Amino acid sequence: MQWHRLSLNELREKLLAGEVSSKALTEYFLERISKLDPQIRAYITLTGEEALKQAQAADEALERGEGEKRPLLGLPLAIKDNICTDGVRTTCASKILENFVPPYEATVIERLRDAGAVFLGKTNLDEFAMGSSTENSAFFPTHNPWDLSRVPGGSSGGSAAAVAAGLCAGALGSDTGGSIRQPASFCGVVGLKPTYGRVSRYGLVAFASSLDQIGPLTKTVADTALLLRVIAGPDPRDSTCAPEEVPDYLAALERDLKGLKVGLPKEYMGEGLDPEVRQAVEKALEVFEKMGLEVREVSLPHAPYAIAAYYIIAPAEASSNLARYDGVKYGLRVEGKDLIDMYKKTRSQGFGPEVKRRIMIGTYALSAGYYDAYYKKASQVRTLIAEDFSKAFEEVDFVVGPVAPSPAFKIGERIDDPLQMYLSDIYTISVNLAGIVGLSLPCGFSQEGLPIGLQIMGPHFSEPQVLALGHQFEKTLDLKPKEPEL
Amino acid sequence: MSITKEEVLHVAHLARLEFSEEEVTRFTEQLADILSYVAKLNELDTSHVEPTYHALKLTNVFREDEVKESLPPEKALQNAPEREDNFFVVPKVIK
Repeated sequence: MQWHRLSLNELREKLLAGEVSSKALTEYFLERISKLDPQIRAYITLTGEEALKQAQAADEALERGEGEKRPLLGLPLAIKDNICTDGVRTTCASKILENFVPPYEATVIERLRDAGAVFLGKTNLDEFAMGSSTENSAFFPTHNPWDLSRVPGGSSGGSAAAVAAGLCAGALGSDTGGSIRQPASFCGVVGLKPTYGRVSRYGLVAFASSLDQIGPLTKTVADTALLLRVIAGPDPRDSTCAPEEVPDYLAALERDLKGLKVGLPKEYMGEGLDPEVRQAVEKALEVFEKMGLEVREVSLPHAPYAIAAYYIIAPAEASSNLARYDGVKYGLRVEGKDLIDMYKKTRSQGFGPEVKRRIMIGTYALSAGYYDAYYKKASQVRTLIAEDFSKAFEEVDFVVGPVAPSPAFKIGERIDDPLQMYLSDIYTISVNLAGIVGLSLPCGFSQEGLPIGLQIMGPHFSEPQVLALGHQFEKTLDLKPKEPEL
Repeated sequence: MSITKEEVLHVAHLARLEFSEEEVTRFTEQLADILSYVAKLNELDTSHVEPTYHALKLTNVFREDEVKESLPPEKALQNAPEREDNFFVVPKVIK
């Protein structure tokens, strides 16, 4: 049986029906990893032994009839390596945390564990989630399962590649400017950036705290609904986590969407968009019309300023967050002639070039005399970008568009030009600045056979509607092939 | 928008980073590029716009001030590069 072809929801049914054990599933995925991951390189750390113990415990719990109550019982998952796992090395793909073993568990991990998940390992990313290709990992790049010479996107490239290649049944990533949605699009899987505050950030290694959000990467929209239900909800350990109750996302998937309005921002279909991506998005709009939704044009007039605002705000927050890596409490220490020298040597040898670049931009933008010109200005533009969406959502129920301007690019193609790399986040960044929902799901392939993603955006806490639209679109389109040949 | 090598060195010191001569040259160019790109924000008049520092309208989240279990010292210190008893050891600060 080719278990990796089944969705989380399908595997759950098989487990509940006793058609497969969690142990057999876990062994199956571990074997696939040992066979295929040497070419993909999705994982930084594998936790096979622990996974088998968790699977054994899951099988016993299934035997006791706990399956109905625990929605992920026995399902093997992968976790982005910037989410803290108690007792399991969490590196952020950085030399500065190469040997860091968290003494505590992230809230999302606790929730997955309570729901019965099995953890296969920790996946690769751009160092500290800063990047769009996973090439900024201090350890190695990850390869796109659809074309090994191409990037899987980033920063959650390891999680996206692992789902696409069938090296796990589902995964978690994090998204600060598109880091779940863009790799999902490049790898032909589903990825959700939930409303800011929908999921606790406790235990997510901080990059830009006002933008960071954890979310699922899965084969289907229904799988994302299943995972989101488990990880979402208020957490006393994260005061930015929203108090709103968590709805049953799975139950909402089949709701009637006829007559609802979908808006296409004209700013998202202009210059710089690959013609094949444009075509795929236009075809998606036809599908929406066929489904009985109304499609119209909307405007997000400040969209062209999103990248500029983001590349002030995110580095500013990052420069402050990453001040904690000082060689004292955890992580790398490189001895120096005094305390300041120790800090400088530790940080200079521990961080890679992109992380240093962002710390420099952020420090500059926050430094004396520049704060108003940069950080405050960018935060005012952030208000304008958020207002654009509020106005659009007065006219339409959803905003849709491309996820990325092109399909996956070649490894090495953009790594020497940071600004060019930043521009690949042009359609995803506004969603983080506004704190709204963004779903990426496959909508087509390029002539070269590379996946193309569609983005569905909705207002704060509109996950039930956005997932329903994604789910019904996915069923109507029935895109093939479902997975790459490996 | 341009940035000088001296400014780059000053910011590097503030950020507790150090660079080789070649890195300073490269960073100066790249930062100048990025800063001239973000200067497009100045096309917008924001004199009457409130800044957004947080996407949700959450304010002051209060909780009861209760004693709860916390990380035991042994776990809190387990990743310390250097420790002595229950302390982190740092290079001498006071001369």
